[in-house]
Amino acid sequence: MDHRIRLKVNGADHDLEVPARRMLVDCLRYDLGLTGTKEGCSVGVCGACTVLVDGQMVASCITLAVTADGADITTVEGLAQDGKLHPVQQAFIDHGGFQCGICTPGQVITAKALLDLNPDPTEEEIKDWMMGNLCRCTGYYGILESVKNAARTSQEAGR
Amino acid sequence: MIDFEYHSPTSLDEAFSLMDQYGDDAQVMSGGTALVLMMKQRLVQPGHVIGLRKIPVLSSIASDGDGAVRVGALCTQRQMETDPLVRQSLPLVADTYSKVATVRIRSMSTVGGGLVHGDPNQDPPPTLIALGASVVLSSKGGERVVPVEDLFIDYFETDVQSGEILTSVLIPQAPAGSGAVYTKFLPRTADDYATVSVAAIVDADESNNCRDVRIVLGASGVTPIRAKEAEALLRQRPLTEENIRASAAAVKEAVDPLDDFRGSADYKRQMAEVFTRRAVTQALSLGR
Repeated sequence: MDHRIRLKVNGADHDLEVPARRMLVDCLRYDLGLTGTKEGCSVGVCGACTVLVDGQMVASCITLAVTADGADITTVEGLAQDGKLHPVQQAFIDHGGFQCGICTPGQVITAKALLDLNPDPTEEEIKDWMMGNLCRCTGYYGILESVKNAARTSQEAGR
Repeated sequence: MIDFEYHSPTSLDEAFSLMDQYGDDAQVMSGGTALVLMMKQRLVQPGHVIGLRKIPVLSSIASDGDGAVRVGALCTQRQMETDPLVRQSLPLVADTYSKVATVRIRSMSTVGGGLVHGDPNQDPPPTLIALGASVVLSSKGGERVVPVEDLFIDYFETDVQSGEILTSVLIPQAPAGSGAVYTKFLPRTADDYATVSVAAIVDADESNNCRDVRIVLGASGVTPIRAKEAEALLRQRPLTEENIRASAAAVKEAVDPLDDFRGSADYKRQMAEVFTRRAVTQALSLGR
């Protein structure tokens, strides 16, 4: 059965009519054309589909779009501001944070959520936080390096 | 996934009416991490899903006297890990919830949803049972209080009856001066369910005699298991290495693990002994 919902995605309001079984990841990708968010495992484990819903990370592959009614959602498309990449995105480019790229949007969103909460994380804190985002290319050292450097550049920019 | 109708009541009364109206064709949902997966796999195919997230009374965390904390069923597992009151009054609870899956899953899954799911491999139940926590099951006709220890009936089966919603959990503090730990054996990945897990609370007097003890195991049978015989071997006795060994050995008789990809039943039984010994020893060292 179709339900009317309103989502604010990356600052823009959208009124949608979706079936109750519509997953948020499908709603973002197919209804709104925001294909930056990827679907990996479809069971909430791999982290590729991570988006922020009201500032909290969620696995959009196991989130019903209807339950996000009224929420403020941030996807990877919403991170760059005025044509300038988010420090996390820039750090992933500068420090080899991705190989094939499929896990990258989820990694970037997860790293952004960490730095929003904890701008100066230790290596252990980064590993602990990023543990739920899998990289099948096993490029974890590049990802770790990217997050560390994103923290550093954000801190320097803030000074 | 089979399609269904989604309902989003804004009060408990409205939720009860919907449950009444749709009966067995309705499923109640909180965070949805478990239910949505089961629906994707077509293990459950409700015609109606009643989402609880817009019922505000279910999301509070408040002190309830004597250091106890009352937690609304819709509080996320992440809140349990980060909430200042929970961290201060119930450090064992905050630590246990921090070991659940990943931060992303903890941000979605709820305290009440996790309990009514009845999965014996979950982390919070052993800790909640060890602390003597209880849940409130509300229905149209009123409410009843059930100790978490009595909530789990069988594999994925709880004492929650049709028409009831788990609305809050009351969690008492561990006794003053006691030591408490939750240990989780994770040989595969850090975000996995435990191969076996143990919650232990040890209350010792000045001469290291055991005033009281709680030993509860997870992932060791079809429900969480309180190892009462193992506790009896320690209660009112000196907490010597020998007595702790004997107590941990008794756990092997209490557990009834399932063979799965996390280990054979026999292996898990042996690990239950090892991790009980470690948990009790560590709890003892953390007390006073």
